[in-house]
Amino acid sequence: MTVKQISVFVENKAGKLAELTEYLHEQKIDMRALSIAETQDFGIVRIIVDDAYKTSCILKEAGYVASITPVLAVEMPDEPGSLFRILKILGDGGVNLEYMYAFLTRKEDTAYMVLRVEDNEKAADILSKSGIHTICQDAVANL
Amino acid sequence: MEHYYQPEIECASQEQIRAWQDERLVKTVKRVYENVEFYRKKMDEAGVKPGDIHSVDDLYKLPFLTKDDLRDAYPYGLLAAPLSDCVRIQSTSGTTGRRVVAFYTQHDLDLWEECCARAIAAAGGTNEDVVHVCYGYGLFTGGPGLNGGSHKIGSLTLPMSSGNTERQIQFMCDLGSTILCCTPSYAAYLAESIWERGLQDKIKLKAGIFGAEAWTEEMRHDVEEKLRIKAYDIYGLTEISGPGVSFECSEQTGMHINEDHFIAEVINPKTGEVLPDGEKGELVFTSITKEAFPLIRYRTRDICILSRKKCSCGRTHVKMTKPLGRSDDMLIVKGVNVFPSQIETVLLNQGYPANYQIIVDRQNNSDTIEVQVEMTQEMFSDNAGIVAKREKALVDALKAMLGIYVKVKLVNPKSIARSEGKAVRVIDRRNLYQG
Repeated sequence: MTVKQISVFVENKAGKLAELTEYLHEQKIDMRALSIAETQDFGIVRIIVDDAYKTSCILKEAGYVASITPVLAVEMPDEPGSLFRILKILGDGGVNLEYMYAFLTRKEDTAYMVLRVEDNEKAADILSKSGIHTICQDAVANL
Repeated sequence: MEHYYQPEIECASQEQIRAWQDERLVKTVKRVYENVEFYRKKMDEAGVKPGDIHSVDDLYKLPFLTKDDLRDAYPYGLLAAPLSDCVRIQSTSGTTGRRVVAFYTQHDLDLWEECCARAIAAAGGTNEDVVHVCYGYGLFTGGPGLNGGSHKIGSLTLPMSSGNTERQIQFMCDLGSTILCCTPSYAAYLAESIWERGLQDKIKLKAGIFGAEAWTEEMRHDVEEKLRIKAYDIYGLTEISGPGVSFECSEQTGMHINEDHFIAEVINPKTGEVLPDGEKGELVFTSITKEAFPLIRYRTRDICILSRKKCSCGRTHVKMTKPLGRSDDMLIVKGVNVFPSQIETVLLNQGYPANYQIIVDRQNNSDTIEVQVEMTQEMFSDNAGIVAKREKALVDALKAMLGIYVKVKLVNPKSIARSEGKAVRVIDRRNLYQG
């Protein structure tokens, strides 16, 4: 079970990120989570949205370079030690993380972590064996 | 007092120079026709035989040679002497991937070094001087040329090569360098660094011989003032031998072309028609004394004006202005020839689109070059490390092609302006050419 992350190339120039978010706003895209990886010249904006397919289409229409990557969204109790527990399980299972970021929802006492790993299936499998739940794209839309 | 290296040649009468040229041209044309298939074919196609060339007046009958011809003839196609007689190559960049390789026999090296010796003498150099050469050594002609010239004069030669400013300044102070040979932008950088360290009273420089890139009169004054020297311009190109094809004298109003070795013409770059002295056009050279790599009517693409006005220095050889521009799109960055087509070749090889822009600037007296490339779907990844790695591969490939660091900037797709006609590929913010 994966969610679809949209990654967008954004030049490192004043106003470029505002431009992107303004466009998403106009197109009524609702973001659930966002993270930015930056280098000196450019950034990669990674977002989790309610409608990944639509977002990908409208970004391409507007001339953005964007890609869809299936990532894991892990549900966890919003309490100290939760993240450690998950990372320990993955580490013990030999799963290497490329990057990750967190997002909160309106659901009380629950936090979500987006994990980018090489092998989603393997990681999801290891997590579910330990009783940890990953959510799917449809679930994201309703969060 | 004006110094000369070979006064009997440098101050010979114009009739004498002309007589040398006539005799050497006839001989060279005959020799290349007999020894080099490339020339034979070219001349046959143009319907001209060695017997048609009796003097410099007949030069116009011969076909031009271009940088593309040099590329097509790479590596040995224009060699006019047996390889066993050749002792050296030097090389410069071509218009695309292939480089231009020039061959030298010992005789050719000697005449090249003599030309450089004339330039050093014109800057006041004698065997009492310490000549500090921080042009690059290696395939680039700057270092080896001035180095050889300095030896001919008998000066103490410091083969510093480029870079390592700290060491340059240290040697300059400790060994008392008197003549500095480098690119004008590096001279300006050195001047600044010397002042920053408060060492301006420790240096003994009296002259600088600066070439391999365009520079302005303002820059000359600036460097002259900061280093308390007289700054002389020098011109040359690897194809014709290297630096020393022409050089400035004390009058500083243009560079004397060594006419006993090189016949200069100025042509209309569009029609190929030869223009009279005093008119602006493309400089064309014929080398008449070289054994290994004589070039007949080589189009330099440099725009300049020739003048035969009497010079106060006593030299009689024709003078050329600083290059006033180019008749092609070649850029000179940090003394290195850069063609946009080379950059385009690398981009396409690396899987980037051919829509790009080159921005050349000069910051703190040092050239910078940046290539803006549009990001593509194929080059993109959600992983910044992967994108950065691809970017690095592009920087490395550009460095391998051009020999200098080029900054790569990935920009949004469609953000580089498309023009209706000829794309504006190059933005040169240096404004180097005057007149």
